[in-house]
Amino acid sequence: MIELSNVHKSFGKVEVLKGITASVEKGEVVCIIGPSGSGKSTILRCINGLESYDSGDILVEGARVDRNAPSIVSVRTQVSMVFQRFNLFPHRTALENVIEGPVYVKKEPRVEALERGRALLARVGLAEKADVHPPQLSGGQQQRVAIARALAMQPKAILFDEPTSALDPELVGDVLSVMRKLADDGMTMVVVTHEMAFAKDVADRVLFIDGGVIVEQGPAKSVLNQPQHARTQDFLRRVLHPL
Amino acid sequence: MQAFWRDTVEFFPILMSGVALTVIVTIGSLLLSTVLGLIWALMRVSGIGVLTGFSGGLINVIRGIPIIVLLFYLYFVMPEFGVTLSALQAAILGLGIAYSAYQAENFRAGIEAIDKGQIEAAQAIGMSWWQTMRRVVLPQAVKIVLPPYGNVMIMMLKDSSQASTITVAELALQGKLIASSTFKNTSVFTLVALMYLTMSIPLILLVRHFEKRAGQK
Repeated sequence: MIELSNVHKSFGKVEVLKGITASVEKGEVVCIIGPSGSGKSTILRCINGLESYDSGDILVEGARVDRNAPSIVSVRTQVSMVFQRFNLFPHRTALENVIEGPVYVKKEPRVEALERGRALLARVGLAEKADVHPPQLSGGQQQRVAIARALAMQPKAILFDEPTSALDPELVGDVLSVMRKLADDGMTMVVVTHEMAFAKDVADRVLFIDGGVIVEQGPAKSVLNQPQHARTQDFLRRVLHPL
Repeated sequence: MQAFWRDTVEFFPILMSGVALTVIVTIGSLLLSTVLGLIWALMRVSGIGVLTGFSGGLINVIRGIPIIVLLFYLYFVMPEFGVTLSALQAAILGLGIAYSAYQAENFRAGIEAIDKGQIEAAQAIGMSWWQTMRRVVLPQAVKIVLPPYGNVMIMMLKDSSQASTITVAELALQGKLIASSTFKNTSVFTLVALMYLTMSIPLILLVRHFEKRAGQK
């Protein structure tokens, strides 16, 4: 449902994506791992048009992603995004954050959106926080609201950009377990993460990216347990055994 | 002192008619400058080269011309081009345009202070540029913009006295007229000053309130 072929992207003179070709099937959970600055987040940001790309093709359900075309709205309503720093709207309550897209972009009737919004907050374990503003929530709670906000768009896929990197370690588990439930329910997910345990457990496939290219990819267990490429082995050794 | 009270009783009604015009000029030009300033600011942050350049240039031109010259231009020069404005219209238009430059810079600063992540989150749920502004950026920018906006209100109230130069009979001009016909300069201008101060104090308190609220987050 998401296809990238030979995608290139430069920021000024620095080429961050050097020909990325990959695809994500419906219902699949793909984790993207790799060192900082390797281009992982840029891939996600290109998929929903937050970033433009210089050449190559990105297709979502067969439609080409072009950040400057009107069709980008339809891509974005089909592919939601969850950010590292949550990016909830601080001037709106948790519930208002969740219904913002359905009501103002998809023009759903407010009553229905509210009902569904409450159900989604319950699904991420925050039913009682519906009327609280984000600054009064913990990081983990904010990220779960952000996931509910992404789900409210009834997307075909969700992109997660390091969803637990900005969280206190003790709050990571709550967010990951919500994500695991989503995966179990069959949601298509692309997750940029440093949580190797999550990748091993939940991902169908893992892409290891370094220097703007896909160095290695395959079933999660084989890439993470028996990496073939020296750079993958080196990266995993450093992440799993930092001392 | 007794003389002052007597003069106060005598001149107060006339000065109050000046106050009415001062209030009309202030509110009129405040509204106009707010609308224009918002338009300039949105053009400035639109990311569209032509609009950004146009509003940037316009703001600099407006900033570089004294208010009084702008007023003269509107009131004395425009009729030569077939556009005749009443003194009050010219005053509101002139002050509104002059202040729109400061309003625009204030609004732009407020808009640019909003975290980029907010804009990305709005885009990611499919919002258009205008929806992003209206639903996400501007509501948050208001809090940042309000304290300086309050200061503009105070400055505007006082600068409305410049309308006297194009015959708008607001507070300052009424004072001048009474003073020059009665020679009671001390009483009259003390009264005028006190009346401006009285109108400013609520605004000063309002600014303080805005600042407190902005500080709370």
